[in-house]
Amino acid sequence: MAEPVALNLLLWLPALGMALLVAAPRAGDRAVRYFTFGVMLAQLALAAWLYGRFDGSVPGLQFATRIPWIADWGVHYHVALDGLNLLLVVLTAFLGPLVVAGAWTAVREHVRLFHVMVFFIQFAMLGTFVAQDLFLFYVFWEAMLIPMFLIIGIWGGERRIYATLKFVLYTAFGSILMLAAVIYLVWSLSRSTGIASFDFTDLYRHRLPLEVQTWLLAAFALSFAIKVPMVPLHTWLPDAHVEAPTAGSVILAGVLLKMGTYGFMKLGFPLFPDATRLMTPALMTLAVVGIVYGACLALVQTDIKKIIAYSSISHLGYVMLGLLSLDLVGVQGALVQMVSHGLVAGGLFTMVGMIYERCHTRELAAYGGLAKLLPVYSVFFMILTLASIGLPGTSGFTGEFMVLLGAFNAAWPRWLAGEALPIALAVVAVTGVVLGALYMLWLAQRMLFGAVRVPHGPVTDLGVRERVIMIAFVVAILGLGLFPRGPLAKTELAAREYQERVLATRLDEGTP
Amino acid sequence: MGLLTLIVLLPLAGFLLNGLLGPRLGRTFVSLVGCALPIAAFLATLRAWTHLGGGESALVETAYTWAVVGGSSFDVAFYFDRLSAVMTLIVTGVGSLIHVYSTGYMKDDPGYARYFAYLNLFLFFMLLLVLGRSLLVCFVGWEGVGLASYLLIGFWFEDPEKAQAGKKAFITNRVGDAGFLLGMFLLYHALGTLDFDAINAAFQGPVAPAVSASLVGLLLFVGATGKSAQIPLHVWLPDAMAGPTPVSALIHAATMVTAGVYLVARLNGLYLQAPEASQVIAVIGVATAFFAATVALVQTDIKKVLAYSTISQLGFMFVALGVGAYGVAVFHVYTHAFFKACLFLGAGSVIHALGGEQDVRRMGGLARRIPVTFATFAVATAAIAGLPPLAGFFSKDEILWFAYASERGGSTLLWAVASFTALLTAFYMFRLLWLTFLTPSRMTHETEHHVHESPPSMTVVLAVLAILSAVGGFVHVPHYLEPLMPLPATDPTLHHLETPLIVFAVLTGLAGLLGAWFVYRNGLGRAERLARRHAGVHRLLSGKYYVDELYDGVIGRPLHWVSDRVFLRIGDRRIIDGSLHGLVAIAQRAAGRLSRIESGSLQLYVLLAALGVAAALALVWRHG
Repeated sequence: MAEPVALNLLLWLPALGMALLVAAPRAGDRAVRYFTFGVMLAQLALAAWLYGRFDGSVPGLQFATRIPWIADWGVHYHVALDGLNLLLVVLTAFLGPLVVAGAWTAVREHVRLFHVMVFFIQFAMLGTFVAQDLFLFYVFWEAMLIPMFLIIGIWGGERRIYATLKFVLYTAFGSILMLAAVIYLVWSLSRSTGIASFDFTDLYRHRLPLEVQTWLLAAFALSFAIKVPMVPLHTWLPDAHVEAPTAGSVILAGVLLKMGTYGFMKLGFPLFPDATRLMTPALMTLAVVGIVYGACLALVQTDIKKIIAYSSISHLGYVMLGLLSLDLVGVQGALVQMVSHGLVAGGLFTMVGMIYERCHTRELAAYGGLAKLLPVYSVFFMILTLASIGLPGTSGFTGEFMVLLGAFNAAWPRWLAGEALPIALAVVAVTGVVLGALYMLWLAQRMLFGAVRVPHGPVTDLGVRERVIMIAFVVAILGLGLFPRGPLAKTELAAREYQERVLATRLDEGTP
Repeated sequence: MGLLTLIVLLPLAGFLLNGLLGPRLGRTFVSLVGCALPIAAFLATLRAWTHLGGGESALVETAYTWAVVGGSSFDVAFYFDRLSAVMTLIVTGVGSLIHVYSTGYMKDDPGYARYFAYLNLFLFFMLLLVLGRSLLVCFVGWEGVGLASYLLIGFWFEDPEKAQAGKKAFITNRVGDAGFLLGMFLLYHALGTLDFDAINAAFQGPVAPAVSASLVGLLLFVGATGKSAQIPLHVWLPDAMAGPTPVSALIHAATMVTAGVYLVARLNGLYLQAPEASQVIAVIGVATAFFAATVALVQTDIKKVLAYSTISQLGFMFVALGVGAYGVAVFHVYTHAFFKACLFLGAGSVIHALGGEQDVRRMGGLARRIPVTFATFAVATAAIAGLPPLAGFFSKDEILWFAYASERGGSTLLWAVASFTALLTAFYMFRLLWLTFLTPSRMTHETEHHVHESPPSMTVVLAVLAILSAVGGFVHVPHYLEPLMPLPATDPTLHHLETPLIVFAVLTGLAGLLGAWFVYRNGLGRAERLARRHAGVHRLLSGKYYVDELYDGVIGRPLHWVSDRVFLRIGDRRIIDGSLHGLVAIAQRAAGRLSRIESGSLQLYVLLAALGVAAALALVWRHG
């Protein structure tokens, strides 16, 4: 039984790294970088090994550790992998070393503190994913806020104070409602069963009247919807992205945004299935509005980072659509789309960081003809652009295609039964693929083509370190695009479980 | 590895080799790899062809399983029957010729390796498209050729106009692809499979599938209008001429643009059950053919004339599809591949000879200066004009016949418009021939000095294509395809008209020739007088009916306006951020009053957290 140990090690490695860095105030910048990178690599190796060991033919949790933590409240330290968090854990571990390598030359001030923060956020993100206890989940969920806040606040751009304030306010607002809902949920569980437990498995069995379900879902949903982000709770994202240093943007787009969709999938929808079905039309409409709205706004931005930020809103709309379709293909597509977006947006932000390091501006108008000047950079940028558009062969296609197919599969029978909204939403979502091409190709055209134009004189093409980073992104993107069969086989049972949970009825007809 | 997989992978290997190593290994290596692999693919196709049995038999090969969801599997599988065989032979055959031609045409271009890499990439995707067993694999190829087309149209990307043209092509195609996707989803939902053979069988089977064939047919046809440049999505093809001329010949004439025709022909089992969709296809086809031919009358850029001619000829193919003559449509794909590739490559040779000049008003008198180009161009012109016994005559004549007599939607009106379009075709093509080669020279002194015949790598290819344009019609493709796609029944009361109609068709071609001779034999004078007399019509035609302007005004600008003025400025900034800022101001004031310390964001956060917990406890208390 080495796997549970490995999973715990995976989770606690960044915490250990953080502690060591804090304990070594005299360590040189170079040593700090190598150390962090090494730990991240070890973590990636653990994640890869666990991925290989994960058995897709077994339902439920695997490699679990469950130790009583606060016995009186029924809180456990309970961590495990399942089909829902598996790919996200691997994604997080995969992005770790790339973030550190990407910041190698970009972060020059407070280097040690920066890497402490990267470890911190890595720890909190992994914890949120693997936690199987609501208390533990909430602790990690809140803990993520602190390092992100500091990363933007310390290494951010000119308007970083405004951006962090906005980020914190939005997130805190959501968190508080979620906290209230968590307390109420656990209290009502203990009242009706006599057991105090924060364990997801116990909570999944808890029955609640529809009205209570609706209120609790609303509270959870608000918190998750802010993280996704869903329109109209999204305006923190462009500002946070623009002001964040590259590493912050990559973590934000790569992993943090998935916390919202993961929260819906792991908690929001399955905990309150009856309320979810009630609110599906509204949530689905918001998801599709997000697809179109995000794409339209991406079209009129002048800051490269903002274009990608708004494109995230659009792409995560697809994830929500897939989750809400409750069709197996759609749910599986949503899982792929989450990972895909992490890779594509993470890669794009990394590339924006690379050009920013050279030219010190993110204004799109300042650039042109880079294909002539920086051919290697341009090839990678083009591949990421195409992945973002969802060209077949890239991970973007796998995700979008499956989500749309699933949404359509779910909507068509209902259209035949006289319900027009789902099919209308599916059709609008399909047209989103046109808008996606519109803004991304416009971005590529302005940056890469036309007459050569760069601010601040001569620039050099990507160096070896940068090339290796980009090759890693591209290999992952093509891998998930061309061979999605393996990952899909590992997540299928979990997707089915999700489907069954949300389709089940858990109404409590008695008094609340 | 199976033979079909090999056919597909050969050009991909070429792409990878030239893309990754090309610039370092020099031109000889690039040319060798770039040409040898497509030729190898052609030979492999011939080999596969010999394995193909008679009639409806097919070779099927599964490369690998892309994904399995809920028990249904999405395979990357290839399907090689007589239809795929014809298409694959065209793609690899004409493709190889154009690769060879390109070694001469692109000789001095600094992006030589990149060019061949893209061209091989195109072949790879095109082969996926025509060999894919399922709609999904076909779609992968479909999007992929769009990418290759995008990259090659914008090949000279330093010119913003060329990059813009590439983007326009991609996005217009994406609009069509949305229709393709919806059609595919609908089919998958109804049948649980995307395999072409299974789809056709399901629609031909005793129990009709629970989905409207016409709805699916129309949605997929939306995809076809994008790729095959039919109204209303034709606007990208003329702009696509920004790419190097061999690219125009290969992608935007001979192969990629016929993908929509292939798709409909491939799904003939479905379209046979979709009379409404078929009718729409015929109407769109004939309207596009006519519309594009009228625009071609007044174009002055040699490539633009050919581009509109391609749109028009594709319209003819859709007419054939619309009246159920699927084999005839493929026949025209086949002959068109020869004569249109020959015309484009001929135009390339002219442009090459004149050092980049593309305006026919500054050409003339080239017949004696570049005789091989002239001779081959003339043969191909006669072929497209439908003069017997050249290739175009056979296929076009059959289209006209079925447009008239097919019991699946043929009509006198359809025939009449198509025939008139054929007349226009002959006219504008001979106009082009006269203005380029036969009228007295209107070249500048400098250009005239520069004129030279192209190298053998180009002229030999021209000669081969001219020969194929001349004799290709004697291979009766519809007959070969009959086991897969029988020709539609024709009205027996009209059979006595078949010979008179052929004579009439030949006379139309000759009339076009005579008309062009009459107007253009002495140069531009007479045409300019005509244009002045009908200034309004002339403006409308040279403005291409202002479709681009219309789309920009109705879609482009409003989209930007709404995104910028409404969504960004009002939605995001005023409403959402505005309320947020208001709330913050209120909260900060409250926090300041409560704690009497300067309100930082973290204090505010703690305050809100405390409030939340209090609210939760209150809730618990109330219910407890």
